[in-house]
Amino acid sequence: MSALLEVAGVSVSFDGFRAINNLSFEIEEAELRAIIGPNGAGKTTFMDIVTGKTRPNVGKVTWGPNNISLLKRSEAEIARLGIGRKFQRPTVFEDQSVFDNLLMALKKPRNPFAAMLYRRDEDDIARIRALAEEIGLTGALMRRSGELSHGQKQWLEIGMLLAQDPKLLLVDEPAAGMTVGEREHTTRLLRETARTRAVIVVEHDMEFVRQLGCRVTVLHEGSVLAEGSLDYVTNDARVIDVYLGR
Amino acid sequence: MATPPTNPTMSERGRSLVRHRSFLAQPSTIVVMLLLIAFTVSIVSLSEAAGGDISTSLVKTLGKTMCLCLIAVAMDLVWGYCGILSLGHFAFFGLGGYMVGMWIMYARTEAIVVEAARNAPLPPTPQEIRDAIGTQIFGVVGGSDIPPIWAFAHSLPLQLILVVLVPGLLALVFGWLAFRSRVTGVYLSILTQAMTLALSLYLFQNDSGLRGNNGLSGLQNIPGFEEVPQSVVSVAFFVASAVALGAGYLLAAWIVSGKFGSVIRGIRDDEPRVRFLGYQVEHYKLFVFTLTAIIAGIAGALYYPQAGIVNPAEIAPIASIYLAVWVAIGGRGRLYGAIIGAAFVSLLSTWFTGGRAPDIHLGFYTIQWVDWWQVLLGVAFVLVTLFAPKGIGGLVDLLVRPKRQASAGQPAPREAAE
Repeated sequence: MSALLEVAGVSVSFDGFRAINNLSFEIEEAELRAIIGPNGAGKTTFMDIVTGKTRPNVGKVTWGPNNISLLKRSEAEIARLGIGRKFQRPTVFEDQSVFDNLLMALKKPRNPFAAMLYRRDEDDIARIRALAEEIGLTGALMRRSGELSHGQKQWLEIGMLLAQDPKLLLVDEPAAGMTVGEREHTTRLLRETARTRAVIVVEHDMEFVRQLGCRVTVLHEGSVLAEGSLDYVTNDARVIDVYLGR
Repeated sequence: MATPPTNPTMSERGRSLVRHRSFLAQPSTIVVMLLLIAFTVSIVSLSEAAGGDISTSLVKTLGKTMCLCLIAVAMDLVWGYCGILSLGHFAFFGLGGYMVGMWIMYARTEAIVVEAARNAPLPPTPQEIRDAIGTQIFGVVGGSDIPPIWAFAHSLPLQLILVVLVPGLLALVFGWLAFRSRVTGVYLSILTQAMTLALSLYLFQNDSGLRGNNGLSGLQNIPGFEEVPQSVVSVAFFVASAVALGAGYLLAAWIVSGKFGSVIRGIRDDEPRVRFLGYQVEHYKLFVFTLTAIIAGIAGALYYPQAGIVNPAEIAPIASIYLAVWVAIGGRGRLYGAIIGAAFVSLLSTWFTGGRAPDIHLGFYTIQWVDWWQVLLGVAFVLVTLFAPKGIGGLVDLLVRPKRQASAGQPAPREAAE
């Protein structure tokens, strides 16, 4: 079985600072993976590379069964290939309703003419209702999303991610600013999602990672320090040294 | 997260609201269209041509104002909705004027030359007629040859196609280069302004082929309609401008009402996020930029025959800055705001600079509005930007929103969240 996403020997530097240093990483088609690491370990840069925001200096990033390279593709093309991203800071379109946010994310042709001629049908509305149900925003569909609480915006962004129907979800600190109950819901949702698609969760909160119960990749100074179950990596001497021991 | 107990009335209301409401059913569209029709009908029926009291010059002023409203709608689409602060749309407006002006000048000069040659002993050859036209039109800049860019000037349909094509292609090429390089924000504004300035300076040259700083003149005399009095011509252009404004408004309202409108507002508010959703942002921007340039060109093609003259000064960057000021004062991000802003400010400007506004005597100094109007406009722009970012159009919210909430019998959404 070939990997869905393969990152091989990737390095990137900003003004001489090596943010990513000979990093290699793989994820299968239906897998939940947590990435942890101290600040500056390269977690966000890693996501920027995969989503096309940052171009690496060397290395390969290949995607899907046909091993197509992501290096020459724009952010929008990569998103259309099936890589969805949720940002650390919730970024929703605050000026627009929850419904419109979800509608924009819904998997549909993305070109200007298709968007112009698009008319919502019963199926799309039903799909958005189901998503809203899942993220607990059914009663808020017509509200301006700028009025939502921080936690609700996080949820809306997760909903938008699901609406895109991606094959790989990159999720940056999904549980930040959530209550205990909301975290449990998030955990359930992510584990559920990972049954059919790949999910990469970048997280600081060790307790949350434990709840996810998945393989963990530890990043340090731009490369993989250790990989395995949470118990395995937390017992690794080098990991304790650079991360947990602090 | 535990699903909050859903308020049944809320979800009922939500259900009816997610049905797509056609842009034609929006109250603002209906009100704007009815007002436009009522205004047009009353001006036409009270015009000199219909035996009324409204002077031909006032009809022309109002017709020109309609064209300015149309370009303001285009500006609102590109700036207020898509977030591209273009300081070049008056260049497209001017180009539209030049394109139609070329035909008017050429055809009219041709008629005069043919008429003058009628008494000659020998009928003139086509080449002689062409030479005579060239001398007539370009003598003022010391030339007599008809430049190649006038190749289609003999044909009205071809020049009308150019009204759309020239601004459209310029915007397409310029926009493609700028958006592809991801030039945004103030840098893009500077770039569009540079384009405008370059075009204006080029047209000021005598060998640009468009009569340098003289521009094209006599455009109020429409070839083939020499016998028709100006009072009737002015009404015809007034109605044409009103129809163009109505059509442009409907097109813009349709575009912003659906998912396309959602995407361009998303681009305005958070461009990278739209990219990560899989939308090719550059294509959307290019589409809006080009479409609005074409609308601007059409507005210009209707404006300059009413103004009578188009020259490079019209294209100068200051005109495009005024356009942004109109839209800001009227309220950007709402199409009727652009119309309010353009109509209000440009008519006020005509009044102040027309010398009819009473001077203010301060004893030690006399404020003459012809000079001080621009200061007043500048101050108004600063005040609106600082204290009323929604502009004049924001007043509509004050009138409409509280009523709507009261009639729904619901607490304000903010409280309902808790």
